[in-house]
Amino acid sequence: MLNSTLSELSGALAAKKISSVELTRLYLERIGKLNGGLNAFISFEEPLALAAASRADERRARGETHPLLGIPIAHKDIICTRELRTTCGSKMLERYVSPYDAHVIEQFNAAGSVLLGKCNMDEFAMGSSSETSYFGPVRNPWDRRLVTGGSSGGSAAAVAARMAPAATGTDTGGSIRQPAALSGVCGMKPTYGAVSRYGLVAFASSLDQAGPLAKSAADLALMMNVMAGFDARDSTSVERPKEDYSEKLKISMAGLRIGLPREYFGEGIEPGVRKAVDDAVRWFESQGARKVPIELPSTRLAVPVYYVIAPAEASSNLSRFDGVRYGHRAETYADLADMYARTRDEGFGAEVKRRILVGTYVLSHGYYDAYYLQAQKVRRLIAREFAAAFERCDLILGPTSPTTAFALGAKADDPVQMYLNDIFTIPAPLAGLPGLSIPCGFDAKGLPVGLQLMGKHFSEATLLGAAHRYQQATDWHLRVPKETPL
Amino acid sequence: MALSDDQVRRLARLARIAIRPQDSAPVVERLNRVLLLIDQLRAVDTAGIEPMAHALDVVQRLRPDKVTEEDQRERFQSEAPSKDKGLYLVPKVIE
Repeated sequence: MLNSTLSELSGALAAKKISSVELTRLYLERIGKLNGGLNAFISFEEPLALAAASRADERRARGETHPLLGIPIAHKDIICTRELRTTCGSKMLERYVSPYDAHVIEQFNAAGSVLLGKCNMDEFAMGSSSETSYFGPVRNPWDRRLVTGGSSGGSAAAVAARMAPAATGTDTGGSIRQPAALSGVCGMKPTYGAVSRYGLVAFASSLDQAGPLAKSAADLALMMNVMAGFDARDSTSVERPKEDYSEKLKISMAGLRIGLPREYFGEGIEPGVRKAVDDAVRWFESQGARKVPIELPSTRLAVPVYYVIAPAEASSNLSRFDGVRYGHRAETYADLADMYARTRDEGFGAEVKRRILVGTYVLSHGYYDAYYLQAQKVRRLIAREFAAAFERCDLILGPTSPTTAFALGAKADDPVQMYLNDIFTIPAPLAGLPGLSIPCGFDAKGLPVGLQLMGKHFSEATLLGAAHRYQQATDWHLRVPKETPL
Repeated sequence: MALSDDQVRRLARLARIAIRPQDSAPVVERLNRVLLLIDQLRAVDTAGIEPMAHALDVVQRLRPDKVTEEDQRERFQSEAPSKDKGLYLVPKVIE
């Protein structure tokens, strides 16, 4: 049961083979058994989850149906929930309980999903290894000495270790796709504006998007059917007809033009990653897809652009944490300015403070044009290169990350080495494009490799369809980490 | 361009973040590594390129000027570290 897909679980619930209470209990037991070692969850409360499961069972007894009715779902701890605290992995919000539910949570509640718990993450989503959490690092279910990637590392580890059938995450520069790749699960960053940001604690508002992590592309589609859609409370939510992603999974591969960017297959990519991705590309070719060599020459500039724009937006967004209205406040201080400064020194970890300082710098008088405005211009160059590429291809394929999972602590002392890990995931959000990562094999160490698919704005259905076709022919996505056997 | 200790202290003051003396050296050193990374942008020719402030070229939506939120003052204030009679308390700012 723990290795079942969402549609299998849905079928079992509909056929009364299992109740939501029983299913939820199964996952809670699994969390109880594994969370001490993996640290994937920050919060979970059994009575709360079981009460939600019981409500779902009542709804089903009354004749209600929905593919996710009664299915327990874990949420990244940056998505506001009224029923469980929302910490963002930070001391600043250690005891914060949101007065409202995020749009995404409302959607899952309406569908009748069960709030299973809140997942660990890099503090305020700033990181690529889930090591900057105030609640301690998340460990990789494939090898506990390794990171799970980040920032949605808790969500990825929870799905990989089968502690949750599916989870939500957020992606600003790769925070869904990179941990999905390093943990051997599927994850999708939707087009900017596809999923409402209402109730997501803001990091970099022009980039942030929530999306699903799950075992298969078909499961991502079921999650997207719930998550995506217009919401007037997010001023960047795009008004467009609701799509049924599950209905569109059976796409044809014949003639599909697959763009292979030269820059995504160059130096710096581990041989094991390269081989698994090459094999996947060959499979797509064997199904009638056509390879199109493309160039995205500004790829090397994406990381520096991101580390201007994201910190700039973060320094502004995080100015709200002042120790006055909510969150941590320093115990001792001399005056108001001192209270702000000490509160923020104590409440934020080193990486968050570093990004606030970088953001303050690039927005400050005399440097704004040289850094912030310049980064916005290079951002447009990157977006234009994608637009030109998508005139010649339907989707772009490449590795999600240049490496498989690395050791805990290996990059913790060098922020730039950590940042460069996201070289292939940062470009898509800069251009507002959707991207997903699916497992496509293992390296010599037995660690999962992620294949990234990127598409035009609002081409989620094509990405999910191509991934689904691949997963009908392969079983990489169904492998269970050996350290967390069923 | 590498920042000096003084420049970092000034940034920290602008950002309202205290830096403890023992943290100062590693903070400055790592900050400068990040600045070296973003300095790559300065050499890029962007003459005539419009800055891109937003991921999609869309026009901001307008909404009717109506009250949509209900009053949750007490619930909101229950999260405050220090409050009294419906007011948020901060250290005295006027002598």
